[in-house]
Amino acid sequence: MNMKTTHTFVEIIRKMSHLHIVVGTLFVATIYVSFCNLAFAESSFLHVSDYTVSLFGKYLCYALLALAVDLVWGYCGILSLGHGAFFGLGGYAMGMYLMRQIGDRGVYGNAELPDFMVFLNWTELPWYWAGSSSFLWMVLMVFVAPGILAFVFGMLAFRSRVSGVYLSIMTQAMTYALMLAFFRNEMGFGGNNGLTDFKEIAGFSLQDPHTKLGLFVVTAIALAIAYWVSNYIVKSKLGAIITATRDAESRVRFVGYKPEYYKVWIFVVSAMIAGVAGALYVPQVGIINPGEFSPLNSIEIVVWVAIGGRYTLYGAIIGAILVSYAKTRFTAIMPEAWLFALGGLFVLVTLLFPKGIAGALPGVARRFGLDANTNDNKTNKNNAQSEEQGTLKAPRAGGQ
Amino acid sequence: MIVDKAGTPITATDNVQPDTRHGVILYVEDVSVSFDGFKALNDLNLYINDGELRCLIGANGAGKTTLMDVITGKIRPDTGKVNFGQQVDLLQLDESEIARVGIGRKFQKPTVFEALSVYKNIELSLAGDKGIWTSLFGKLTGEQRDRIDEILRTIGLTNEAFYMAERLSHGQKQWLEIGMLLAAEPRVLLVDEPVAGMTGQETERTAELLTSLAGEHSVVVVEHDMAFVRSIARTVTVLHQGSVLAEGSMSEVQSNPEVIKVYLGEDSGEDSGDDNSEGYPSESGEEYIEASSSKEG
Ligand SMILES: Nc1ncnc2c1ncn2[C@@H]1O[C@H](COP(=O)(O)OP(=O)(O)OP(=O)(O)O)[C@@H](O)[C@H]1O
Ligand SMILES: [Mg+2]
Repeated sequence: MNMKTTHTFVEIIRKMSHLHIVVGTLFVATIYVSFCNLAFAESSFLHVSDYTVSLFGKYLCYALLALAVDLVWGYCGILSLGHGAFFGLGGYAMGMYLMRQIGDRGVYGNAELPDFMVFLNWTELPWYWAGSSSFLWMVLMVFVAPGILAFVFGMLAFRSRVSGVYLSIMTQAMTYALMLAFFRNEMGFGGNNGLTDFKEIAGFSLQDPHTKLGLFVVTAIALAIAYWVSNYIVKSKLGAIITATRDAESRVRFVGYKPEYYKVWIFVVSAMIAGVAGALYVPQVGIINPGEFSPLNSIEIVVWVAIGGRYTLYGAIIGAILVSYAKTRFTAIMPEAWLFALGGLFVLVTLLFPKGIAGALPGVARRFGLDANTNDNKTNKNNAQSEEQGTLKAPRAGGQ
Repeated sequence: MIVDKAGTPITATDNVQPDTRHGVILYVEDVSVSFDGFKALNDLNLYINDGELRCLIGANGAGKTTLMDVITGKIRPDTGKVNFGQQVDLLQLDESEIARVGIGRKFQKPTVFEALSVYKNIELSLAGDKGIWTSLFGKLTGEQRDRIDEILRTIGLTNEAFYMAERLSHGQKQWLEIGMLLAAEPRVLLVDEPVAGMTGQETERTAELLTSLAGEHSVVVVEHDMAFVRSIARTVTVLHQGSVLAEGSMSEVQSNPEVIKVYLGEDSGEDSGDDNSEGYPSESGEEYIEASSSKEG
């Protein structure tokens, strides 16, 4: 009986795609965290604290961000070292809304102007703060602001066929420029203090544990949706075209596509996902400041994806969560050594598992007989796709 | 941008019908290309007739590949004109537009999309809308599936349909690239060294395929393998140092004194060691000349 249950369980796992596994895991984790947060008393060892809930929420935002980077880097070969810019813009869009929600509860008690503007002796809101008190407007801006930046950047860079290292450097410059701009008080985004002291979101107090739990759940849902969308994209013909562009851009042109526009498109979609990540991040950590635009942040995202394994989608999520967790643990002990540890981890993983953690997973699954290829009733398609099946003629030594 | 007679732009996805009333589909006139002062193409003139099969031969570095680069928009010539039919000026179009008006190309070094399956490689190459939203939401029609299956059969890769292209042998990649060319249903096929790395049998099949394509399509083949050229050629154009040296039937070209002189002058220069397919006699420059001079005698 027991044997049989195990067997069906294995069968089910074999039949699941990574989309099912990721969304399923997210679902189970969310239910578990919510239940343990709500149902058990703080003294119980099964209790998940409010702090932990927000921490997990933060990790999920990072996972969303890593997913965005994997879309452009893993699938399209665009090594963006500036995705922190899109994350930051999404975060600022949310931050502006949260600032306006404070209303007259600020230190200066000005119902119209956020504190830092009163402090700067401003008398009215700058034009670009118009609409920021509306929730819907905020949601729109979370997509539009990073989207426009990515579109303009992409049109400039990809149409003039900039790629490789030059492109990566340009993305670094982009996020660095934004950081410098947002540090300036005159920009109207709170200068180096950024936006903080938020009170509530859509009428729910941010101090309330239930709001925190709610934000965590919303983040998990956003991640699941983004995963589904990304999976749809990479499985579509468009996904095949961007992968082809990654490997042989000029060949794609000779087939009749305009790869530069495909690159712009995927770059914009990715920027929007990063923007959503930033927007969900801000209410959970309670602040957004120009430090989010720091070039180092953007490099860290790329390291998550490299460690987790690119070109798989789920690898990015694994990488972001594991590395962020390690960072939380590590910085609690020796904060100054974290960057060295991260660098070391990066080198180690790149040497031992060039395809990242996700690249090593199929081997593990095979050992436990969980992967689809060991299944006896495999479909023809799986059969042909599996690495083990079928023998190819050895490549002939060819001319040219 | 392509403009019709009234001056209104035609999008490249519209089926542009080249004007071939004069029987010529490709006009290459006075084209010169230089790389840092070195003239790779030198006032080259070439006319390809609608539906013909033309072979281009010439020693290494004669400019054959450069010519294809010019026609497909990869290289802009310094001077000259390149027209598709009488009206479409190819020099105004970029690579993807040229592909969409109906000029397909197989590269000298087989270039397929390595990380994609054989099936996907062909799917991407199918004629049709190349826009972003169609690619995102479009699904293959039954007709398109049949077409892909048919192409897979033609190129003999049905069993390999779901292999990643990187796992194919060199010869199979050549075939796949030919399949991609077929899928695009171009009016003109430019085929650069199709049989390099193929076995004798595969070479024969390629010869059959290319010959059968002529008529409906115009085919321009670059090849060093003289036995192969002889087996398919009707008209042969000899390129030398970036210009046309001779043009005519195989025997005419072989007996042309200029051609003989050039090939004699660089007897060791013509290397075809890389593409001698099994099953064909070795065809070095010297033997080639011997054959042609004995005809003269
Ligand atoms: N991008 C480039 N930069 C500089 N020189 C080039 C470039 N491309 C081609 N050439 C030169 O132009 C000449 C013509 O080259 P091309 O590739 O057209 O010759 P080919 O006839 O195709 O020769 P093969 O039979 O070896 O393929 C050669 O001398 C080559 O070195
Ligand atoms: Mg060549």
